Amino acid sequence: MKTYEKKGDKATRNGFGEALAELGDTMPELVVIGADVTGSVLTSFFQAKHPDRFFSVGVAEQNATTVAVGMALSGKVAVFSSYSAFAAFRNADQLRVSVCYNEANVKIGGAHSGITVGPDGATHQSLEEIAFLRALPNLTLVSPCDYLEAKKATKAICEMVGPAFLRFGRPAVPMFTNDDTPFILGKANILREGNDVAIIACGLLVWESLLAAEKLQEIHGINARVINMHTIKPIDVQAIVDAARECACIVTAEEHQVHGGLGGAVAEVTAKNSPVPIELVGMKDSFGGSGEPFELAEKYGMTWKEIYASALVAIERKKGTYNKIRQVKDVATYHEGL
Amino acid sequence: MEYLRNINLLTNYSISINFRNFGLSKFSLYKIIKMDLQIKFEEKIFENKRRAPDEFKIIANTLRQDIIKSLLLAGSGHSGGPLGIADLMSVLYFGGYINYNPTEPEWKDRDRFVLSAGHMAPILYAVLARAGYFPAAELATLRKFGSRLQGHPGLDVKLPGIETSSGSLGQGVSIAVGMAMSHKLVDKDSKEVYAITGDGELQEGICWEAAMTAGTYGLDNFCWIVDNNDCQIDGRVKNVMSIYPIKEKFEAFGFTVFEIDGHNIVEIIQTLDKFTRYHALRKGKPVCIIAKTYMGNGVSFMHDNYKWHGNPPNKEQAAKALEELSK
Repeated sequence: MKTYEKKGDKATRNGFGEALAELGDTMPELVVIGADVTGSVLTSFFQAKHPDRFFSVGVAEQNATTVAVGMALSGKVAVFSSYSAFAAFRNADQLRVSVCYNEANVKIGGAHSGITVGPDGATHQSLEEIAFLRALPNLTLVSPCDYLEAKKATKAICEMVGPAFLRFGRPAVPMFTNDDTPFILGKANILREGNDVAIIACGLLVWESLLAAEKLQEIHGINARVINMHTIKPIDVQAIVDAARECACIVTAEEHQVHGGLGGAVAEVTAKNSPVPIELVGMKDSFGGSGEPFELAEKYGMTWKEIYASALVAIERKKGTYNKIRQVKDVATYHEGL
Repeated sequence: MEYLRNINLLTNYSISINFRNFGLSKFSLYKIIKMDLQIKFEEKIFENKRRAPDEFKIIANTLRQDIIKSLLLAGSGHSGGPLGIADLMSVLYFGGYINYNPTEPEWKDRDRFVLSAGHMAPILYAVLARAGYFPAAELATLRKFGSRLQGHPGLDVKLPGIETSSGSLGQGVSIAVGMAMSHKLVDKDSKEVYAITGDGELQEGICWEAAMTAGTYGLDNFCWIVDNNDCQIDGRVKNVMSIYPIKEKFEAFGFTVFEIDGHNIVEIIQTLDKFTRYHALRKGKPVCIIAKTYMGNGVSFMHDNYKWHGNPPNKEQAAKALEELSK
């Protein structure tokens, strides 16, 4: 049951950059603050088209954030983008006090997020910002799954009123959503129906989750539900509760530390509403290192294989037979050639 | 001291009544506290217009009395800094420099004022009340549960006249730079933006990021006032971490810098006039006013004493301060 076809590869950062440039035509109040890496985060598209509303402040993420707040408090929709490692942490205090407490109409583009920024190494691989950002009151946090969704998400956060953070990546990744795929902030998309296990993913691991679901179907006849939780805050509680009640076990998958991220958010919701076994796929409490994006994803366990194996574990835990296949993680290695 | 303890008891008791009985409004709570302490805020509004220097001294003293009274009732808060910039604030807000409209706080043609040193909130609240944004009686609620007069200014409580939350040092002035950019470079209008930072605040790196931006974009609609009282919580600024020389630093970042006596009304007027003139002439440079002030100015026992950075007066001290200020 293939529900989503890959239609080439394109980076989510392109979706962000293109959407901003297009929005500039229809939103005269849209301004963009650059912090030197505009050609990487692709706010350069906006700069080329609307140079009079683009302002560079240099490599100064703290100031860039509060300058954006000043613009927003003067009636603008102010966008600031840098690498997620510096657009969420270097300016953490500014985000907390000046952006979120002020409820300023500031949109932050967190580029080059996750392990897949690759060769730049651990300093630039932001794998912790979801944990921080989802603790901030008033903030909307979105992690789109592909190019087109990044484009839709950029437009959605710019058109809403209030602080928002968009987390996206550097490498070209599969495009599989289309113009008709719905995108509503705070409303998860169920990409694949199934009641044996629910895979709740965000960002680049949504595609990997679809691959895992196919393998589960093919090899074990397991029907996995795949949920694209593009909005991490406010999270779609109903989609999680439905998944917990109907599938009775969950796997979360994200390009982020397993602590405090999407997995944590899902666990909070289920713990309160409908506790079920949850397996968390993500970075396991370590820093990354240099390498090609998908080498690193393999090494640190953020591909379809871990999702697949975790789904089997989750199902066994649900049935109470987990002990029998305690070594089930090895299944991933076993099926490597599939 | 016995009396003071009773006040505290009464205050706590009143708040607990308020918790238990939602029928008791916030207003009646203030009344209970007010009556017991016999602190009154006379409702008096000052116009924003050109004035003779002597008039500003009277306004500044009213502001100082408001600060002492509200801090006494609050039981916590910062005394020294707010008293030290009362002269500056009286000229800024009541001398026709900042354009504002208390009946329409969101008036689109208003100028902007950002108190980047958010801990000096008591002076900002006193000024806004005396400008007519809200009744002076509300000054009695400073730092109290449910009040719009938060310990540090907060935008969420929607106190009219507040342009941004501030309190995390250095952020306010960077926000002000963003506002000045928005007006000068996007809207291309003639609105002015004023910000006050402390001198200890300049130890925050973001101040210099903001200065760099203001200088680079030639924000001639931006006036950055440094409250140079050389005091911060831990002691003299020069001993905690020297930020001197201030003038040369701002000049290097592209500012036109004026050093003034922050208690000399005539100097304050002349310098603000220079700023507005430079702006009118589109000089292409932001202005920095380094105002030499004394922490706790106007109250003899607080004068130039950094120990008064973060403390409120007790009843005896407040009585003495009010007596001095009413002379």
